[in-house]
Amino acid sequence: MTTAPFTTAPPQTTAETDPLVIAGTQFTSRLIMGTGGAPSHHALEAALQASGTEMTTVAMRRVDPTTTGSVWDILRRNSIRPLPNTAGCFTTADAVRTARLAREALETTWVKLEVIADERTLLPDPVELLDAAEQLVDDGFVVLPYTNDDPILARRLEQVGCAAVMPLGAPIGSGLGIRNPHNIELIVEQASVPVILDAGIGTASEAALAMELGCDAVLLASAVTRAHEPAVMAAAMRDAVRAGRGARRAGRIPVRRYAHASSPRAE
Amino acid sequence: MDVIINGERRTVEPDTTVADVVRSLTTATSGVAVARNDEVVPKADWNHTAVTDNDRIDVLTAVQGG
Repeated sequence: MTTAPFTTAPPQTTAETDPLVIAGTQFTSRLIMGTGGAPSHHALEAALQASGTEMTTVAMRRVDPTTTGSVWDILRRNSIRPLPNTAGCFTTADAVRTARLAREALETTWVKLEVIADERTLLPDPVELLDAAEQLVDDGFVVLPYTNDDPILARRLEQVGCAAVMPLGAPIGSGLGIRNPHNIELIVEQASVPVILDAGIGTASEAALAMELGCDAVLLASAVTRAHEPAVMAAAMRDAVRAGRGARRAGRIPVRRYAHASSPRAE
Repeated sequence: MDVIINGERRTVEPDTTVADVVRSLTTATSGVAVARNDEVVPKADWNHTAVTDNDRIDVLTAVQGG
């Protein structure tokens, strides 16, 4: 009798079956990268390539005639979509002006909206944020707001027309992980736009957790760019986001207080 | 005449345009935006937008961040 060789189903490429869709645009990768904190353009480019990202944030600043090379060139030659942010803006007026400049410079209507309350915490100012979001939506922008992990604020941002909501796991650059997973779950439950966990991720397990909680994507920068080996961490984050998404879709087993045998009982 | 370019006071020739100011700072032709007195100047208007006395011109580009 011939034994058929073991056959395994082809690995399900979640890319084909499970795209991330933001404002009608499909992405294969659910990892959105930031660029801040990289030790060099070379290290940044290697990390972006290893991450598999298709969209990456940049900040807008005054031209410095003494610098060579640019993050804009890196994104273009790697076909990575730029997501300009309004980092460093403390008021609605600042953020709206910066978004309009970014639209002009980078020829995109997409913006990661950040309106920060203070330098020490870099936490979003919810009042200014909502106001800026509404103005930018009215001006035709695709607005992806960096927000507190507040389900009510997330709902309000969605109501004014934001294309996604991006709650923080913990303060920017802190690496504290997801401090209030319950709130992230509440945001996911009610949202009808993508939820992108933005800020606070320190290591791969936290990126996986974000996806297991039901987030649609993860946005991170420092965890990769400030890692000892940025490209190696970028690959770890890519895998973690895939693994977390897979686990979420698979449906985890319920948590039990006592054992539940996985082998038949001995007679 | 005196203008403020990226926060620094500079003296420029009469008839200087926004395009001239951009060229004085960078050779990049894309990825750059200009605000004149906090209002965006569309790229298509750079060549025929004259700089006037005491204008504040900001020339911005994408940098690492976020």
